[in-house]
Amino acid sequence: MLTGAILYFLIVVPGTCGEMCMSRAMKTIGEVTDFRPHAIVRVMARAMKIPWFWVGLTLMASGFFSLLGMLSVAKASFVFPATALSYAVGTLGGKWFLGERVTPQRWFGVLIVCIGVLLVALGKG
Amino acid sequence: MTSSQGLHFKTVVLIVIMVSVAPLGDMFLRKGMEQVGAMPGWAPSELFHFFFAAFTSSTIWIGIGLLLAFFVAYLLVLSWADYSYVLPASSISTLVVALLAHFLLHETVRPMRWAGVALVCLGVFVVGHTQPRTTEL
Repeated sequence: MLTGAILYFLIVVPGTCGEMCMSRAMKTIGEVTDFRPHAIVRVMARAMKIPWFWVGLTLMASGFFSLLGMLSVAKASFVFPATALSYAVGTLGGKWFLGERVTPQRWFGVLIVCIGVLLVALGKG
Repeated sequence: MTSSQGLHFKTVVLIVIMVSVAPLGDMFLRKGMEQVGAMPGWAPSELFHFFFAAFTSSTIWIGIGLLLAFFVAYLLVLSWADYSYVLPASSISTLVVALLAHFLLHETVRPMRWAGVALVCLGVFVVGHTQPRTTEL
């Protein structure tokens, strides 16, 4: 039971936290309105100067390698349903860490997505 | 087009790019790694040959390019849209993955997986009808 909880924590938390840090980095830059290639390159260069970007990248990489590591020791049918949980954790993070206003309608949508992703993961196993 | 419609439109365009290129990128990487074969061992020379074969494969580079395009689109959309909007909305990629598996890879997609995909689509539809941005930039 404890091992299972640790496995899920390692897969869900670093990856989701990394994405939240990326979101914070990009919000620091502000809304991108110019989508010409050189403007996009400039935006990426600016993003790389923001510490949150590197914290996010490191955490996302940790999440990815945790998933690979866990896949080598646990069955995929056990590991992949964890991705469903990441939607709920990410939405909570969006609310608490990023100060987003998560309406009941969005929560309802996230809940349906979680159940759907869980079924997809179980359907693959 | 009002600013709210404009925001919705460019959010949807970037999410469509994300969910189209990421599964394709994954597929190219998987195909590329199948061509390269399993890692023979952990000896430095074996590792060198393995990674040399991987990084000289054009299939792998197509996969990397597509995943890079996904990452750039992801960062761009996060510059204005809520993370709690983009995260569930991008789960529509499960539909793309199931369609790719069914039509391109000719895999059998079990009814439970299709049911899950249908629920994900419904969830994305519900989330898609909320405001993409709820914070001040």
